[in-house]
Amino acid sequence: MDILGTLQKLSMESGFAAFFVTDGGWKNLIMIIIAFVLLYLGIVKKFEPLLLCGIAFGCLLTNLSYFIGMGENALYHPELWEAFLDEASPYYHSYGHVMANAGLLDFFYIGVKAGIYPSLIFLGVGAMTDFGPLLANPKSLLLGASAQLGVFVAFLGAIALGFTGPEGASIGIIGGADGPTAIFLTTKLAPHLLGPIAIAAYSYMALIPLIQPPLMKLCTTKEMREVKMEQAREVSKAEKIIFPIVVATFVILLLPSTAPLVGCLMLGNLFRECGVTDRLSDTAQNALMNIVTIFLATSVGATMVAQNFLSGATIKIIILGLCAFAISTIGGLLGGVVMYYASGKKINPLIGSAGVSAVPMAARVSQDVGRKYNKTNFLLMHAMGPNVAGVIGSAIAAGFLLSVFGG
Amino acid sequence: MSDLINISFGDAALTALLGYLVVFFGLVLLMVVVIIMGKIMVSRANKAKAAVPAAPTAPAPEVPAAPGSAGELKLYDTDPRDAAMIMAIVADTLGKPINQLRFISIKEVKEDEV
Repeated sequence: MDILGTLQKLSMESGFAAFFVTDGGWKNLIMIIIAFVLLYLGIVKKFEPLLLCGIAFGCLLTNLSYFIGMGENALYHPELWEAFLDEASPYYHSYGHVMANAGLLDFFYIGVKAGIYPSLIFLGVGAMTDFGPLLANPKSLLLGASAQLGVFVAFLGAIALGFTGPEGASIGIIGGADGPTAIFLTTKLAPHLLGPIAIAAYSYMALIPLIQPPLMKLCTTKEMREVKMEQAREVSKAEKIIFPIVVATFVILLLPSTAPLVGCLMLGNLFRECGVTDRLSDTAQNALMNIVTIFLATSVGATMVAQNFLSGATIKIIILGLCAFAISTIGGLLGGVVMYYASGKKINPLIGSAGVSAVPMAARVSQDVGRKYNKTNFLLMHAMGPNVAGVIGSAIAAGFLLSVFGG
Repeated sequence: MSDLINISFGDAALTALLGYLVVFFGLVLLMVVVIIMGKIMVSRANKAKAAVPAAPTAPAPEVPAAPGSAGELKLYDTDPRDAAMIMAIVADTLGKPINQLRFISIKEVKEDEV
């Protein structure tokens, strides 16, 4: 046995050597450092830890195991997915080819690619969401709509910066402040940008308490922020049961491309409200949600391959994502200001910023800022209306963009 | 299709405007549906209330105080629902059963009093 040759072979096949001998191997080192930073943000700073920890670890696993020209031990193979999407390739849309050559994270990623995980997350979100505040004050749907402004402004910004239409649409949806929707749309329209878009979406959602308050102060006067809102009416059980059925029927007929997201969101909510499927509601809220979160986060992190992620496009996406978030917040606040005047100064415009989705973080920020200016103010339940309206609004925005750019 | 991939800024602006309008259109229509649904439900509830024959007014029986009850609670500018929530929160925070606590009064603090 040639011991020296074996040792030499082992050393050349090791990841340590790959950093230096493969094309662009040093970029993997940078991605590993980025993964450590994301892990730090998730664990120590508690930035969306349930997702960020999985995303960061997926990123770490990919960049430890995938090097250009040394893909046989990789957990995720970007070239398989490039062939899957390339119309000229014999493996175009061939899951068989992917599965025959897949690593573990490629298998996980099939659920993202097929749009299964974001829809199942929406099932859980629906089971966890109380639409009562929205039913008590249906006008808050208008705030959910006005807070989608950032989606379309960021889309325009992306086009101005040279992105293609589908890429711009995927970047714009970051402004919806809804992670599963952003992942769903990006997977359909611009899967090569999934890593940076998911990172931007979840990072900014975690930073909402820092991003929104200055904008809230900027767009409203002290008098507006002090408005104390009247208690909303109580909503009957029957209304809560009928609501998901009506929304699913109505929105899916209006925009069929929203069916996977809106359908699952409303199915989950029906499980919660109907009173005869408590076991299913419990599973959707807890076990299923947790399982899917693990698969979704690690497979999204796996797409952060050094060669794709370390580019000028990522920096542009991070900046555009921040703009999208800020402009959506401003849109919601301006909608709130309009409603403040239209209602005879009875509506506190601070609840408008909660229209950016990001349930329930954005509603909590409205509550905290409102209470800062009027100690007797409790805006939380009022802000939950626009907050859940934002979920429906961002799903409609995503459905529109998918209809236009999805071919 | 390539027109949409390499979309011009003008077309993108039109698409963005249309998209924003579609979101508004969808949610405004949904709002109308929810308002109508709410009105139907409220009117049905009112009818059901009206249909129940008014019971002959009899003097309310003396309700014995709950075990451990410590008399009456005075509420100032606070509705009973809020008061109940406040008492539950205090009991939970202190880790004591609510009937072992004595609430004398609950008063809403006005902004100018803070």
